[in-house]
Amino acid sequence: MRNILPILTIVAAILGIWLAAVAPMNFRLALDAATRAGEDVMPATPDEQGETGLVRLMLDNPSVLPAAYNFERPRLPQPQWVLVEIYENTVGLARRCEWQGWSDENDNWTGLSDGCLRVVAHNRSLLFHAWQTMAPTLLGFAIGTGLGILLAVGIVHNRAMDLGVMPWAIASQTIPILAIAPMVIVVLNAVGVQGLLPKSLISSYLSFFPVVVGMVKGLRSPGAMDLDLMRTYSASNSQIFWKLRLPASLPYLFASLKVGIAAALVGTIVAELPTGARFGLGARLLTGSYYGQTVQIWAALLMAAVCAAVLVWIITAVEKRLLTKMGLAR
Amino acid sequence: MTAATAIETQASPVITARDLDLTFQTNDGPVHALKGVDLDINEGDFVSFIGPSGCGKTTFLRVIAALETPTGGEITVNGMSPDEARRKRAYGYVFQAAGLYPWRTIEKNIKLPLEIMGFDRAEQARRVEKVLELVDLAGFGKKFPWQLSGGMQQRASIARALAFDADILLMDEPFGALDEIVRDHLNEQLLKLWARTNKTIGFVTHSIPEAVYLSTKIVVMSPRPGRITDVIDSPLPTERPLDIRDTPEFLEVAHRVREGLRAGHAYDD
Repeated sequence: MRNILPILTIVAAILGIWLAAVAPMNFRLALDAATRAGEDVMPATPDEQGETGLVRLMLDNPSVLPAAYNFERPRLPQPQWVLVEIYENTVGLARRCEWQGWSDENDNWTGLSDGCLRVVAHNRSLLFHAWQTMAPTLLGFAIGTGLGILLAVGIVHNRAMDLGVMPWAIASQTIPILAIAPMVIVVLNAVGVQGLLPKSLISSYLSFFPVVVGMVKGLRSPGAMDLDLMRTYSASNSQIFWKLRLPASLPYLFASLKVGIAAALVGTIVAELPTGARFGLGARLLTGSYYGQTVQIWAALLMAAVCAAVLVWIITAVEKRLLTKMGLAR
Repeated sequence: MTAATAIETQASPVITARDLDLTFQTNDGPVHALKGVDLDINEGDFVSFIGPSGCGKTTFLRVIAALETPTGGEITVNGMSPDEARRKRAYGYVFQAAGLYPWRTIEKNIKLPLEIMGFDRAEQARRVEKVLELVDLAGFGKKFPWQLSGGMQQRASIARALAFDADILLMDEPFGALDEIVRDHLNEQLLKLWARTNKTIGFVTHSIPEAVYLSTKIVVMSPRPGRITDVIDSPLPTERPLDIRDTPEFLEVAHRVREGLRAGHAYDD
């Protein structure tokens, strides 16, 4: 709880900057609208306005400022509008929400009326879209982590893999994911793979890399003395792995997992963008940009940020418990 | 030790080195870490290796432990090659740092060699209890290494080396990183431990008083190339209180060690 104050300070600062930026960001749009409405503005024509600096315009036309703040389809909405948008697309979707209890007639296991379930089931619900993004993220993260750990184990134990795999792993990350995501989706679709997996593969493509790098570093972290000690016991390679390398690598693994899960989320959203996905936060971003709905875009972005925060928090919690149990957290 | 056991231990050399050479190939050319080393270590001996850095004392200990392979000459441990001896669990090795695994409790650290060597659980627990008591750490088994002082950690690492009942204990400057007060205390405890267990101990140090206080045999070495310049059989009694270090006999042995070091140009730049 003692870090609540610094967090609130940062949030307040961000909101302050955001609010201050709303007027300048939307001013030209608002001025344009005012000109067309025949209001008395300076300079009078759009061409002259285009050649005048933003600060000059704002100083000359203070009367347009309130309109810039309340512009209907703004470039930058006010932050509270985004919160309203999120509310309306989550809790606000509920209609006639009531407790029905569990019975044979009610085939819905929650015991709530269908009106309540609109909160998570409606196709405008941000929670629904968030889950559409989270599910492939989690699957992709699991695949990426598993693959990353296997590759790292191979790299540490096999010299050919050490020399052969790492350059490819690095090269894989230089390919713009946005460019190959549609191809992956199309190719997989052609061979009949649909649904969760294509998105997951793209997200695992981004998340395996930090795991490989961190895990290789971690598995190699035991010093010469730790390894000599094992040699004096004539320990086998697998004993050295399970009793020394693996436990020594865990702090490194968790650092990588935090980077990896964020990358997995980005991967899923990116996978949704160029492929015309209908559901998911990426789809919301895309439709928002089609229809100039900046509020919708911001709401989806904020939701994505919340998802990332939750995912990283879960990993941190697991890390803390495990490392405390292992005596590595102090 | 009683007189009877002393005579008994005279008989058999446990470690024999004949004309042992070890040359490291480095980018700056070959380095003669050991050259023409001849030595017998008898059962129950407490042998110290002393000399300036680069004299090959640690290398020799590592050769005994099969952590390095000699490039010439012969060495046997318990009549076998060092490699075979290691597989037969002939020795426990104590490093300069305690080297306890931080994610294991003291108890689990001591169990590490036992797990690797396949002792059953009941036997593991029995041995842990025994060696913890031997190094005076009973009741600390559940602690993590960082909860213990440096001296206690080093004692735990000695306990770990004792756990699987090797006859030989090889110690590479085990107290080098500790302050002198803790060191005195641990030296005293080590002598008691040695008297109780009757192990053969190889002990690398660069402290003259430590070598003289602990050893029945002091091997003085010198660098470039690493070789033995003197082997001193200590005339001191086996019963050694700390203040034996003020007696004329002690000072005489210390003087001889110093002479040996000087003869090997250990004090030259």
